[in-house]
Amino acid sequence: MVGAACAYYAARSGLHVTVIDRGPVAGGTTGAGEGNLLVSDKEPGPELDLALLSTRLWRTLSGALPPRIEYEAKGGLVVASGEAGMAALRDFAERQERAGVKTEEVTGDRLHDLEPHLAQGLAGGFHYPQDAQVQPALAAAHLLRAAGEQASGRARLRLRLGEKVTGVLKGANGEVRGVRTVSGDLHAPYVVNAAGTWGAEVARLADVHLPVLPRRGFVLVTEPLPRVVRRKVYAADYVADVASGSAALQTSAVVEGTPAGPVLIGASRERVGFDRTLSVEVLRRLAAQATRLFPMLADVRAIRTYAGFRPYLPDHLPAIGPDPRVPGLLHACGHEGAGIGLAPATGLIVAGILTGEELPLDIDPFRPDRFGGAR
Amino acid sequence: MARDRSPAELVGAAPEDPFEISFDGRTLTALPGQSVAAALWSAGILAWRTTRHGGRARGAFCGIGQCYDCLATINDRPNRRACLVPARPGDTITTQEGHGHAGLAV
Ligand SMILES: Cc1cc2nc3c(=O)[nH]c(=O)nc-3n(C[C@H](O)[C@H](O)[C@H](O)COP(=O)(O)OP(=O)(O)OC[C@H]3O[C@@H](n4cnc5c(N)ncnc54)[C@H](O)[C@@H]3O)c2cc1C
Ligand code: FES
Repeated sequence: MVGAACAYYAARSGLHVTVIDRGPVAGGTTGAGEGNLLVSDKEPGPELDLALLSTRLWRTLSGALPPRIEYEAKGGLVVASGEAGMAALRDFAERQERAGVKTEEVTGDRLHDLEPHLAQGLAGGFHYPQDAQVQPALAAAHLLRAAGEQASGRARLRLRLGEKVTGVLKGANGEVRGVRTVSGDLHAPYVVNAAGTWGAEVARLADVHLPVLPRRGFVLVTEPLPRVVRRKVYAADYVADVASGSAALQTSAVVEGTPAGPVLIGASRERVGFDRTLSVEVLRRLAAQATRLFPMLADVRAIRTYAGFRPYLPDHLPAIGPDPRVPGLLHACGHEGAGIGLAPATGLIVAGILTGEELPLDIDPFRPDRFGGAR
Repeated sequence: MARDRSPAELVGAAPEDPFEISFDGRTLTALPGQSVAAALWSAGILAWRTTRHGGRARGAFCGIGQCYDCLATINDRPNRRACLVPARPGDTITTQEGHGHAGLAV
């Protein structure tokens, strides 16, 4: 998704772009997660600024891309079970408001107007009208197609799939000269590392250290249903889980319907390397939390599950921008659990850097060399 | 000749007594050990679900639990694979429309 967005905005700026992926389109984490475009779960700070910009860009993109990307400006609803949770949400929302997020407090007695199937007895919640959703694999594919179309005439976009990058070519002064792939060398003055969870490996090919690590997440998928959940609904603890730096398992269900029918229940967070082993414990916890929010789900069948590896950086911020250690190398990876949401802003920034335009926001917090180390 | 004989006759089966089930209000007989799909087929019924998009008719396709085409509402539970669920006396099978959960829509 991030690579597709970089290609889209770069091609739009008139640059010649070659997208190289060792797999198919959306064969990485983009095809193994969900497509929530959230501002509701973000603390005021650089990530929220990026998310707010992306929210606007996604709205524009939804007009430019076909309806098949399943963009839905459905809004989010965060609920609290007790008064303490409600007070914490209120405080959080107040700080978000100051940063430009729209929030609306919903009293306990009004929750069912918004979500008729919600459990009884919840204290209340906050509605976030800016939260939206896309189908990530389709969005990435259509964004690439659109990138190619707007680049038409002068053939500015090329797509090379199934081609692994095995080296970064450098000139005499250590500057980037292109990449080496399994099919040969490709020369370019700029290389953007948009390898997601594998961003550390690509950085290593350029002899720089960027500690992207996998943070595993499972999603539970129900049988197809009519619209039973209107927004994305989650419990207040989710925000704390997202921000946690612990390697241990965290689960707090986010429940959302999809145009195709299944309800998605995601997602867990744990750092266990690239281990794909199915964890029944994780699924049990997700299911229990989801049915606590929506008791009707207890009678609905879960038909499958899938897992993906979020690209995690230790301070939960992505690496976006030029790498001062290697002239010509840019990074656009490490977006953890928000790479779909944050992709357009990332792409716009990368294109802005490449063309020397003024950037829409301060990218210093995303500096790729902030973790130090040559390698 | 052979093509007029039923599978039970071909293998010389001696099943226990047949029993009754119902399909969309119609009474049918089924044999012990028969799947719901087999019982419906025996009664000449080939379709017992309509698709979510377009409302096209569906029945059993693979017959071995792999394709999920044969979903039916059995005793008020939707999405049961008729080719795997054994028929039981008194079962009520109804044509499943789409996902079979229309009642949950909000
Ligand atoms: C369970 C789960 C739920 C999630 N839910 C959400 C959500 O609701 N909203 C949200 O915004 N985000 C969500 N995410 C996070 C989101 O999926 C990621 O942040 C995003 O997909 C990252 O996109 P990317 O383009 O950086 O990485 P990827 O999609 O992984 O793309 C990187 C690409 O690089 C390629 N590559 C790697 N190494 C090489 C090489 N050497 N040569 C060539 N190609 C290479 C890979 O093949 C891959 O296609 C979720 C993630 C998970 C796991
Ligand atoms: S006919 Fe294929 S699953 Fe039943």
